[in-house]
Order: sequence, then structure tokens, then C-alpha cells
Amino acid sequence: MSQEIDEIIKRIMAHKGVIGVIIVNNDGIPLRSTLENSQSVHYASQIHSLASKARGVIREIDSSNDLRFLRVRSTKHEILVAPDHDYFMIVIQKDASN
Amino acid sequence: MPPKQVKSKTAASVDRKRSKRGADGDDLTEMGDGTEQDDWMQAKTLVKPEDQLELSEAELKEEFTRILTANNPHAPQNIVRYSFKERQYKQTSSVDQLAVHFALDGNLLHKDSEEARKQFNRTGLAETKEEQAEPAAEAAATEEGGEEGASGEGKEEAGDEDAAPAPASKAGGKEKKLTNQFNFSERASQTYNNPFRDRATVTEPPPRASFSSNVTQWEIYDAYQEDFEKQEKSKEKKVIPGRKEEEKSKKKFQISETSSDDITRVETAAKIVERMVNQNTYDDIAQDFKYWEDVSDEFRDSEGTLLPLWKFSFEKAKKLAITSVCWSPKYRDLVAVSCGSYDFMKQGSGLIILWTMKNPSFPECYFETDSGVMCLDVHPQHPHWICAGFYDGSVAIFSAVDKREGAIHRCTAKNGKHTDPVWQVRWQKDDADNNMNFYSISSDGRICLWTILKNEMVYQDVIRLSLPDVSAEGPDGIKVATTGCGTAFDFHKQKDYLFLVGTEEGKVHICSKAYTSHFIDTIDAHNMAVYKVCWNRFHPKIFITCSADWTVKIWEMKDTMDKSESGDEARKPLFSFDLNNSVGDVAWAPYSSTVFAAVTSDGKAFVYDLNANKYEPLCEQMVAQKKKTKLTHVEFNPTYPIVVIGDDRGNVTSLKLSPNLRKMKAEKKGAPPVDEATKVQREIEKLEKILSMVRNQPTEATA
Repeated sequence: MSQEIDEIIKRIMAHKGVIGVIIVNNDGIPLRSTLENSQSVHYASQIHSLASKARGVIREIDSSNDLRFLRVRSTKHEILVAPDHDYFMIVIQKDASN
Repeated sequence: MPPKQVKSKTAASVDRKRSKRGADGDDLTEMGDGTEQDDWMQAKTLVKPEDQLELSEAELKEEFTRILTANNPHAPQNIVRYSFKERQYKQTSSVDQLAVHFALDGNLLHKDSEEARKQFNRTGLAETKEEQAEPAAEAAATEEGGEEGASGEGKEEAGDEDAAPAPASKAGGKEKKLTNQFNFSERASQTYNNPFRDRATVTEPPPRASFSSNVTQWEIYDAYQEDFEKQEKSKEKKVIPGRKEEEKSKKKFQISETSSDDITRVETAAKIVERMVNQNTYDDIAQDFKYWEDVSDEFRDSEGTLLPLWKFSFEKAKKLAITSVCWSPKYRDLVAVSCGSYDFMKQGSGLIILWTMKNPSFPECYFETDSGVMCLDVHPQHPHWICAGFYDGSVAIFSAVDKREGAIHRCTAKNGKHTDPVWQVRWQKDDADNNMNFYSISSDGRICLWTILKNEMVYQDVIRLSLPDVSAEGPDGIKVATTGCGTAFDFHKQKDYLFLVGTEEGKVHICSKAYTSHFIDTIDAHNMAVYKVCWNRFHPKIFITCSADWTVKIWEMKDTMDKSESGDEARKPLFSFDLNNSVGDVAWAPYSSTVFAAVTSDGKAFVYDLNANKYEPLCEQMVAQKKKTKLTHVEFNPTYPIVVIGDDRGNVTSLKLSPNLRKMKAEKKGAPPVDEATKVQREIEKLEKILSMVRNQPTEATA
């Protein structure tokens, strides 16, 4: 099963503009990452709190709702976050139109 | 204390020891002691202890002054008390020097006192002796302990008057005890009080842990949900498990709870992220899909264009041709594609691929097969069931949800496998026993009905396509009926039992499920093999056929009773279009009764709208990327204005239809919204109008 995940990560990395893929668990610790460790940890901790907050917002307003994904577009690139039950998956992609 | 000590005769100084001995301070006693001591001394020799202090004569004769004061030597000399008023420790100025050596509480009462009188009354003694006034009612004041002195001399009282009061009832109301004054004694006894013992044990303190948590609205909700689910589960266990999981399973994957590697649980998130990345990468295409409309269509009334959108290509399918395309009836973005090879000489493996528009770079799901897959169909009600027909003549069923590598069911040579490639399969409605079933048609001339029972597939021959006119000569000259080769079929939308069959000889048969041996009607439609037959989605009697003879023809089904009508051996089509190359596929549009699309072997796609132009296509467009690519199949998406075209290089291309190509009847302003039936009716009327013009002159119109 984990090969499938690896395959998916590989495919995502093959897309143009993708800088990195990080899989973070509930404690904010990166499990898999294609970036180097210090960067991964940096991204992981920051985004983890942001995504948790976002999730809290959605659920607080309507408990039967849940966060599907979160996109943060910045001037340089875009951070895509998809939460799961226990994990977050983070992809950093450069803007494709550049 | 050294025994030899000079006794000073100072009146005030007394040896402490001595004063103790003689409390009276009697000289006589003193003297007596001293004399005694001397006698004692002489009798014995002096024994000096080793550690005795050696003192010189002069030191021995030293006089020590002792002062007798009235101070209590045991009293502390400086008592310091904390004064709250002055907030500091202050020394008490004078210390109480009183030392009590002995105290004895007396128990004498004055005979005239109140208490004494009470006693007199109680004891009844000495009333005559003393002058006693008759006591008033006795108040039950303090009582004596109970002990009374035996002697009659004194009224002795035992204990203090402040001692704990005995029950009051004793004093008043009770009869006076007649006691013998001489030897009466009240006796009391006390039980032995067990000595107290303190026992204590110390246990290990329970382990402690700190716990803190936040409560938010959704956490409460989650807790309730869990509880609810548990309740449901316990209910379900009681209910007999009815329907199998097939009803509930969907094409989209469900996560199976595995307790193995942690990372496997990320699957859905990974999927979502992949789609997001794809969305980003193909952002412009996605925008086009959603919003782009060809503006130039406003100026060109009878022309339209196809805008290329996503291209789906899979590594393993590169050498294969797309043999069939089918949109999922439930998921509007999911398309199932079968790959195989049309080339007789080059037969290899096959693939069944499920693509989603949300992820153009990698298939949702794919199955590899050993033989080329020639056709496939997705079940309308259970969108995860896919039936497929192979080049080697077998049919199989796949489930998109089931994770197994291959088919759920596959028929074998014993089990009714066709002897020639299966060209088309189609699901039917569940039969009377609620079993799924599907039809397959093959070049061996058989149309089979396959039923899925619990664990197997059962087949049943429905029709044999025989060629009544042509019969081959057997070895002994016996005429053997030859069978035709079926290449396509289509079931009527409303009348389920009615279906069309296209053959390799170019004939089209109209058949019914009820009749197994002969056809309702036969039409010599084409000169070469018929590749596709398709009923019109709105009009119940119109169908379209396409063939390798470069033509697309539209026919009308005549009533079977009208055999006598004009004796048409050669029935004529209502419309016929020549497309300059072998037509691989044709399909009616789902939104209009007059629009259809066709694809040819020279890589072009054609879109016709009979309403707009009866003779020429609205759009003729080169779709294939490379030259010499044949387009093999075309399908319209049921909801979106998209067509998907497959070619013989394993590529699937999606194109958006421009507005001119999807004209539907404009509603009158202010009219209420139209419902389904009316829409259908309108479409039929539209087509009828066109047909009526054509019917009277059934001549072919060529492009």
C-alpha cells in the first residue's frame, strides 16, 4: 500500500512547478517529505496550526461540515493542503502561469 | 557534689540538698546529720574516684556564696511574647515566680451555704441538729460526683462542684435512697480501658497525570456521532444482514481501515492533493471547460467548433487502440475506456481504464487483461460494475471498487465463450430475480444473455444470426446455414425488448428478445460492415448507423405490419452522409434529437445538426494529433457539453462543443420552466418536422 502512496508522490512531483510534497501527522511532525528536513519541519509546524485553525472554523460554524482542502496562494507560490483523519498532505507548487 | 564542703553558718545560705532534707530548718536535725556523717566517714576509708577533681587546700577552703531567694528556679527568666499590637516580640517584664508544689482541692462546705442545705435535704441527716429551712424545690444544679463520705461527721463532697453534671432526674423526683450511714458505700467500677494504639500504613499514591483539553462545538458533535454510530452498530448486529455491500459501494475508492503502515491512511488526502495539483497545472483548461464559449459562433450561424480540452494518455495504453468509451451514469466526470487492438495480426494485452476529468495525468483505476478488450459498458444503477468483452471471445465483469487485480467473473470456453471477438456488450435491467444481466454480440453470430448469479455467470443464447439467403456448401454438398457476424447492437430506450443488430455484411436487423429465430425486420443498410447502430434518444423510431463504407445513415423503423407497403426490398434511409473515410463511430447528442457526432479514420470529427443543416456538418475538425491516427470512438457526456474521442494510439481527447453545436429550442420569455417530458416532446416534434420534409422524397442527399 505504501508503494501506491509513493507512486502518487512521484507523480505529483512530476507535475511542473511542484516544489515539494510533505505528509504531516497530527502532531505536526513530517512523516514523508521531498524537501530537506529543516524546511519540512518549518512548513509542517506552520501549516499544521493553520490547517487546524481552518478546520476548527468550518466545524465550529456547522459541525456536520468538514474541511476538504485549503489553498494558500502567495506571490511566489501556492500551498495546497488536504487534511485527512490523521494526516495532512501539503504540496507546494509554483504558479503555473508564470 | 564534693562531700567535703565547708558549711557556712550563714543563716541565709543553705545547701539545697540540705534544705530538702530538713524542711523545717531544724538545727537539731542538721546537727544530727552532720554527726552521723562524721561517724560514717571514720568508719570507712576514703575512696577517691579516679576522675575526681583534684583541688588544692586553698581551693577546698574556698567559700561559695549561695543566696536564697524567693525566685522559682524553674521559672523561665525571660519570656518573650509576640505582641500583635506592636508587631514584634516583646519580653514579658515580669515572670510569675509562683511555683505550686502541691494542690489539694478541699471539699468543706460552710454549713449555712446553699449547697450544704441541699445536702441536708437529700441525706435527711441532721435536720434537727442544724436549723434548716425547708428547702424550696430543688433546682437541679451542680451535683456531686456520687461518692459520699461514709462518715457522718462531715458532709464531704467528692469532686468539684463544677464537675460534669449528673443527670438531673437524680436530684428531683427520685426517691431518696435510704442509705446505711455506717457502711454504705457506693460502688462504681470502671472497665479496663484498652490502651490505644495508632496504626497507620502508607500506600503508594495513585499515579497522576495532568490532563487538559479544549472543547469546541465540533468536538461535542463528533462525540455524539461516535456514540450514535456505536448504537447503530449494535442495532445492525441484531438485524439480519440483508443486501450485500454492492448497493453501497461506489466507484470512488473507500479507505479500508488497515492497522498496518501508518502512511497508507493518507490515501484520500493524497488523492485530493493530486487532483488539486492537476487543477493547478491544467488550470487554463479547467477554466475553459467551465467558462469558455466560442464567441465567433454568434457570427457564423451554421458553423461550430470543438475546443480541445484535456488529453488523457496512459503509458501502458500507448500501443493500444481505444476500442470503447463509456461515461459513468452516476459520476459525471468519470469515463471508462477500453483498450485493445483492431489489428488481426497484432494482438496483445488489453486494458480497462477509468479516467476522471479531475485528474488528467493518471487514471483513477485500471485493469490489465491478457486479451484485448473490445467493448465495455458501465451499469446504469451500479456504476462500479463494468462488463467487458474481449478479443478472444470471453466476457468478464470488473468491479471498480473491488481491489482485486482482475475480473470478478470471467467466462471460460466451457461456459459459453464466444468463438470470435465480442464487439459489444450492454447491461440490461435487473431481471425478475434481481440478478444483473447483460447482452453480448460477437462475430460468431451469437447474441448471448449473461446472468450474474451469486458466484458465477450463466449464459443463454438469445439469437443466432443466420443468413437465410446465402448458404455454404458443405463437404458433401449439404447446404449449411451460415451465420452472419454481428458487430453492433443497440437496445431501444423505451421498449426494452426491441433492439437493433448491425452485421459485418452490412445488414441491420431489428429484433426482439421474444423471438429467437427470426427478426422483425432486416434492412440492407450498408455495403460494408456496420460499426455502430444507435437509436435516437428522443424519437422512438429513428436510428442511425455508420459503416466502413464511408457513410452515416439515418433510418426510420417501419411498422412491421406494413409488409405490403410498396414492397420495399431496398429500404431507403432518411438521411445519408458521406464522410470521405471509414466512419468509426457515431453518437446522438443527449440534449438534442437532431444533433449527432461522427468520427472517421482520417482523424476528423464531424458534428451534424439536422435542424440547422440537413446536408452538411456544422463542424468538421481534425482532432488527432499525429497524422495517420484513426479516431475510433466518440461519446457525448450526459451533462456537460463535452465529447470524448478515442483514437488508435491509446489517447483519449476531450473537446468542448461550441454553442452552435448545442442549440436547443429557446424557451419563450416568461414561459414557465419546462419539464422533462415536454422537452422530450419538443425534441420529437423538431425532428418530425424535419423528417416530414424528407419522407416524401426519400432520395439520398450527399454531402
